[in-house]
Amino acid sequence: MASVSVERLQELIEEHAHREGALLPLLHAIQSEWSYIPAEVVPPITRALKISRAEIQGVISFYHDFREQAPAGHRIAICRAESCQAVGARELEQQLTSRLGVGPGATTSDGRITVDPIYCFGNCACSPAVRINDQLHGRVTSERLDELLDSLV
Amino acid sequence: MTTRLYIANDSAADSVGAEAVAGAVNAELEARGLDVELVRTGSRGLYYLEPMIEVDWGSGRHAFGPVASHEVPALFDAGFHEGGEHALGLGLTEDIPYLAKQQRLTLARNGLTDPLSLDAYREHGGLNGLATAVAASPQDIVDAVRESGLRGRGGAAFPTGIKWQTVLDQTDEEKYIVCNADEGDSGTFADRMLMEGDPFCLLEGMTIAGIAVGAETGYIYLRSEYPDAHETLNQAIDIARTDGWLGNDIMGSGHRFDIEVRLGAGAYICGEETALLDSLEGKRGMVRFKPPLPAIAGLFAKPTVINNVITLASVPVILARGAAWYQDFGQGRSRGTITLQLAGNLKQPGLVEIAFGVTLREILEDFGGGSASGRPLRAVQLGGPLGAYVAADQFDTEMDYEELAKLGAMLGHGGIVAFDDTVDMSAQARFAMEFCAIESCGKCTPCRIGSTRGVEVIDRIRAGTDVSANLSLLTDLCETMEQGSLCAMGGLTPAPVMSALKRFPEDFASDLLPVSLVDHE
Repeated sequence: MASVSVERLQELIEEHAHREGALLPLLHAIQSEWSYIPAEVVPPITRALKISRAEIQGVISFYHDFREQAPAGHRIAICRAESCQAVGARELEQQLTSRLGVGPGATTSDGRITVDPIYCFGNCACSPAVRINDQLHGRVTSERLDELLDSLV
Repeated sequence: MTTRLYIANDSAADSVGAEAVAGAVNAELEARGLDVELVRTGSRGLYYLEPMIEVDWGSGRHAFGPVASHEVPALFDAGFHEGGEHALGLGLTEDIPYLAKQQRLTLARNGLTDPLSLDAYREHGGLNGLATAVAASPQDIVDAVRESGLRGRGGAAFPTGIKWQTVLDQTDEEKYIVCNADEGDSGTFADRMLMEGDPFCLLEGMTIAGIAVGAETGYIYLRSEYPDAHETLNQAIDIARTDGWLGNDIMGSGHRFDIEVRLGAGAYICGEETALLDSLEGKRGMVRFKPPLPAIAGLFAKPTVINNVITLASVPVILARGAAWYQDFGQGRSRGTITLQLAGNLKQPGLVEIAFGVTLREILEDFGGGSASGRPLRAVQLGGPLGAYVAADQFDTEMDYEELAKLGAMLGHGGIVAFDDTVDMSAQARFAMEFCAIESCGKCTPCRIGSTRGVEVIDRIRAGTDVSANLSLLTDLCETMEQGSLCAMGGLTPAPVMSALKRFPEDFASDLLPVSLVDHE
């Protein structure tokens, strides 16, 4: 993602600005367009929604989903919550960390893979759960995690 | 009749290969030139058997599972689609004890039908509740919900009829129905299962709520971790509008009601109802002071019914079958059914909808089949990350709101996460504090600061540093959080921490436990 098209941004703003509680839907639309929330989108939103820059920044930073930097090409998340803990998610996370050299919340040094800290995919009846890009995998064993990582590396 | 095969397109079933199995089935059907129809359904909730294939060759649905895609050709070789036997065969689905022993009132259609087939929805009793509602007065609808004894299934267990009555009694022109679909508790997936597997049921329940209290706009606040439910709900809304039971003139009754799905953005606190409302308004998800109650000043300061998915989805069957029929299930002040979600270290995880009053032991052993690891079950967390841990000597407790409250535990949204004897309960207590520190909205000090201090204190105890003093400090901190927090996030985080400490003190410090701590309630 090199730069934000002003025209496209304006389209998105016009599409959403009239809605009740428009900011979250608009930020989602922006992130799905550019894969993160580029800093230059904030001033136009300020004008369109008549809310302060601080409020917008506050919303972006409050929600775990919204990113202020472009993510790596691949994203991986091992569920960190209780149901998955009960069947070995902590061990899977250690395995992932030792293999990639980074843990949740970080990107590999080559910039290719980001590890997201996620708490619960609602896949608790098929724990432990691992999400690779948009695909969710259930009942993931240590061997399976290795296979899944092999497919990325 | 045409032979039909059924495979779930539910996201959890897909996470263990249902999509690949469906692909393999289609390939075989084509290669063998068979006149067999493949129907994609929601999940029955028998997740330990997913991916499951059901076959109906004219004598009921027969289940096979769990099926790996490479086993599909062998199933066809054995003629499983025409009554042939195969090692994966489980007999009639309805006779599988896990399902046969349940009482599916709310999730009655899950796994039976194509989630987006309105014909199938009608065939299985859908829209009967709404038909009753459009012919009734708002007060009659609210009375039926109150008389059913339905209480909020999201966790707080507040009587739904009373909440609706409060909103009905407000004279504002604008009111809202908000569905809390921010199902963030680990160990819970009933909302997801229903939204993916029977979305019309939720839409019908919300529409009935709208007619009952005089609201014309409904929002479903859906967590962003559920992209499949998002897609399914949006399609279901379009279908319902086209069919004329959502929108400007519901079933020709002159009532208006429409629904929009709004996505959350990965904040657990937005499952708290007032934080959710702030988030819907486009703000940070900060908890509000109460009063005013949302029923009086909720979304955009208008009277708002805010209910969980399962609560709203229970309404159609209550209207269709009557309040007396529904409240005949259950016991004491817990009427109807509870959707329990079996997760963690269990051999047979899945969804169990059953009348209140079943014991935890029956759930863990008869349904759950004991631990997946084969080791003894040691601790069970009930009601999500803010719920207490219970120990093996408490497994005979009956599952209803009041019985669990006596233990200092709660049913919450019905999540049951089991741990075997390898669990380190001080690590679980630490996690409870850590999770609170990450997810706190930050509005009140006990939650925002207390959770971080809690992690530090537990770390010192685990390291063996000044254990006795730090245990007292932890107890004191938990009391402060419980008494001084604005909402359940800070107020209930002490529940898993203190229950772990009380029930499993040996995991914190082998011999230094003060007696006063054991007595702490």
